[in-house]
Amino acid sequence: MRFLQIPPPRGVLLALVCFALSACFAIEKFNIVDDYVRFILITLGINIILCASLNLVNGWMGEFSVGHAGFMALGAYLSAIVSAKWLVGANPLWMFPLAVVAGGLLAAVVGLLLGMLSFKTRGDYLAIVTLAFLMIVKSGIENISYVGGPRGFLGIGNETTLLWTAVWVFLTLWVIRNLVYSRYGRGIIAVREDEIAAGAMGVDTRKAKLTAFVVSSFFGGVAGALFAHQLQFINPGSFDIVKSTEILVMVYLGGIGSLGGSVLGATVFTILVQVLQPLGTWRMVILPLVLVLLMLFRPRGIMGLREFAWFVPRREFPKKEEEK
Amino acid sequence: MTDEPLLEMRNVTQRFGGLCALSDASFAVRAGHAHGIIGPNGAGKTTAFNVITGIYAPTQGDIVFRGQSIAGQRPSHIARNGIGRTFQNIRLFRNLSVLDNVRIARDARSAYLWPSALVQLPSARRAEKENIRVCAELLKQFGLGDVMHEQAGGLPYGSQRRLEIVRAMALQPKLLLLDEPAAGMNSAETLKLVEFLRWVRDHFSVTMLLIEHHMQLVMSLCDRITVLDFGATIAEGTPEEVRSNSKVIDAYLGKETDHE
Repeated sequence: MRFLQIPPPRGVLLALVCFALSACFAIEKFNIVDDYVRFILITLGINIILCASLNLVNGWMGEFSVGHAGFMALGAYLSAIVSAKWLVGANPLWMFPLAVVAGGLLAAVVGLLLGMLSFKTRGDYLAIVTLAFLMIVKSGIENISYVGGPRGFLGIGNETTLLWTAVWVFLTLWVIRNLVYSRYGRGIIAVREDEIAAGAMGVDTRKAKLTAFVVSSFFGGVAGALFAHQLQFINPGSFDIVKSTEILVMVYLGGIGSLGGSVLGATVFTILVQVLQPLGTWRMVILPLVLVLLMLFRPRGIMGLREFAWFVPRREFPKKEEEK
Repeated sequence: MTDEPLLEMRNVTQRFGGLCALSDASFAVRAGHAHGIIGPNGAGKTTAFNVITGIYAPTQGDIVFRGQSIAGQRPSHIARNGIGRTFQNIRLFRNLSVLDNVRIARDARSAYLWPSALVQLPSARRAEKENIRVCAELLKQFGLGDVMHEQAGGLPYGSQRRLEIVRAMALQPKLLLLDEPAAGMNSAETLKLVEFLRWVRDHFSVTMLLIEHHMQLVMSLCDRITVLDFGATIAEGTPEEVRSNSKVIDAYLGKETDHE
């Protein structure tokens, strides 16, 4: 894995992204893979977005939020309303991105409010606040008959293509990378490392927390929107604590505070779920067991607080003349 | 140099429930001075630092820095305003590299906004590169250039103390608060520290306010000394004046039996 420790040659990353996007386009255009594989690939993409965005709060900021499925629900429902109720018959080429962004924005606004509410709460208390938030979202949606209440929301268009998923995955990873290696991101990390020292070094700790919450919930909402238009049916039960737990497993499996870890965690999790499919309900015994073992032997996850060089901006590497 | 003090504590009282950590404490720090705060354990020295840097808002009284009241402002605001500090028990960002520790403080001086950070506009990239360059330069000046890319928590104790000072200096402060910089050092190391602190003061023309138990350090470095006992100022003056002040001797050694 040595090649992942050194920065890629200039332009290689961009070329890889372009190649991946055209591959996604070609796969769908010429039906290269069957529907099952396509479904799994889209699920993988959504999981990467969920994992990387939750990692911002639980990894880089070092807090413990269990409410990510709630942001997902907000994004899923608003985007479904936009595409299946408000803009029926519109050209999906502009309607679908609009619906996804709307879902993300709603989640971001709610994330901002939740972040403000939880300024003073840390650790266990923040976990309880986010748990309460999750329950409010779920029971709130159950009581809105406009979106089908507890029966769920039917008739959502099948808009989540492989290409759109890939575009959102790259966008998520790019934006989170930019944030983490900016002064705002370092502020978020400083809050995790030592909140008092962060304040004394000029980090506006409130703003740092809000930034983490807002960006994290925006992409949570985006993932929810993609999820809704993949399954074409959503109900409040899809966004419960089990869903949040799945995202948590991905984060702590892959590694906290790491983009490479987020991709790895989401990939391993998605594959494990499929491989263990024949075991039926036993799957739900084995997956948590994996988490228990992981916490015992590698509490920060596979890539915890480390990063693949390919996810790091070039300026972060020591200059040539400094290396000896 | 004007007569206006750089920092002034005006009758500051800080209560925690029934405990009165500072009671009506007043002192003034002049620009360009190294000002020492001494006093027995529990005299309220660190509380004074925490009130100045905004970790606590004072119960009563006012703190004036560069002619403006800063009492009750948020720590980040006070830090950006020009007060840097170190901590008694080192508080570095342990999992981060030495360079990143300094960059976080220096970030207070970069101005690019979050939209340009999220999409990597050229302004953000330039500011980041400039930040790295300045911080690397600063670390070299302080003799930590070789360990720039190492994890801060893995440095030896002395280097960690030094790094805390570099980190505070990256804020480009007008006033540097040092909470027991010589803690855990022997006499030889303390002498070196005095030289180092003199160099910092002259080279960066920063005013210093320091808490210290090492009398040797305080007496040789400080221009003025404030003595706190039970949260109140009991003496203030030059090292010679303080050394011969009977109240100070009483506070440190105990009074002779003139009361029950």
